[in-house]
Amino acid sequence: MVAAQAGDRRSYERLLREITPFVRGLVRRHCNNHHDIEEMVQDTLLAVHRVRQTYDPARAFLPWLAAIAARRGIDGLRRRIRIARFETPEAGVYETFGDAAANNDMDGVRSAQEVEALLQHLPPRQREALEALKLRELSLVEAAAASGQSVAALKVNTHRALKSLRALFGSGGLDEPKG
Amino acid sequence: MTAEVEALDETERLIDSLGAELRPVRRLAPPARRALRWLLVVALVALALILRFAHLDIVAQRLAQPRIALECLATALTGVAAIFAAFILSVPGRSSRWAWLPVPPLLLWLGASGLGCLKNGLSLHGPAGFFGDSVHCLMFIAGASVPMAAGLFWMLRHARPLAPLPVAALGTLGVAATAAFILQFFHPFDVTVIDLALHLAAVAIVMGVGLLLRRPLLAAT
Repeated sequence: MVAAQAGDRRSYERLLREITPFVRGLVRRHCNNHHDIEEMVQDTLLAVHRVRQTYDPARAFLPWLAAIAARRGIDGLRRRIRIARFETPEAGVYETFGDAAANNDMDGVRSAQEVEALLQHLPPRQREALEALKLRELSLVEAAAASGQSVAALKVNTHRALKSLRALFGSGGLDEPKG
Repeated sequence: MTAEVEALDETERLIDSLGAELRPVRRLAPPARRALRWLLVVALVALALILRFAHLDIVAQRLAQPRIALECLATALTGVAAIFAAFILSVPGRSSRWAWLPVPPLLLWLGASGLGCLKNGLSLHGPAGFFGDSVHCLMFIAGASVPMAAGLFWMLRHARPLAPLPVAALGTLGVAATAAFILQFFHPFDVTVIDLALHLAAVAIVMGVGLLLRRPLLAAT
């Protein structure tokens, strides 16, 4: 970690690969869904990256790492509880219609300017997530590294951004484009 | 490719991208040393203001009374302890029990102030009416807390605390208690119930604002 603080990429990548199984083991105590476990492992690695300047070589490394993993575990758990409490799966999301045009929610949006105008109505973090994942088509990992948002936060913000856009159309808050 | 393998592959790619964007960082000094730096700067500024503007003879008379001296000491200790705890908890791996550090001096501060109120007969009216100069106390604590909190949060955000709530709570308690301690040098009358209530209201306001703004102020994610 000391070498990583000095900017030694090779040592840093080796360290991250060596701690990943340890972090996975810690995360497994809180969670048994494989997808959530890996998401929390990635969140922990991102957090390690973000706070690497706080590691003090005079102190043990593993308690520092375990504290970060525990914190991200608690945050992840809270997020899942919050989502589970307020959001329910919408069966209609996956419904398809005979009329091909009806399957395309954004069918009416004809130009990049119109999309841009819609995005301006979203909170910054939701807009950032949507732009990174849907418009620039970055992977979750790339978008997380670029934006500083965690993988889980990106997913939540993208979901909320899409929901907000639908609500904006539905409420007439915007001039809904005509198909 | 199964979802499980895909997720593992994504973790591998994350490690590669974190490695690719690795830049050298300046290691933060130990939290206690950073707390001392903040306290030292505040102490120097406060000392200059006290020497320039305070009526030192009145201060000396007040501090000659053991209860008031104890109240001042407890207020200062609350500030110092809360600031130390905030810096310590801003970095990962430290026991959350540090959050209790300012509690004993805080209780002593409240106790000594409460005794003062009892001694003054629980009168709601000070020499200058119901609120008297107490509103100025509130404004002093709230106003002095702003620049101190700005400096404190600027230092704390270097650690990018993963749990901003206790850090913001302790930091703002420390700032408000420090402001209340400095106020003692510009506070020529003994505490009344209203006075104590407004002091506590000022502390609550400072803590409330700090907690509300904790995420942008601490740049936490």
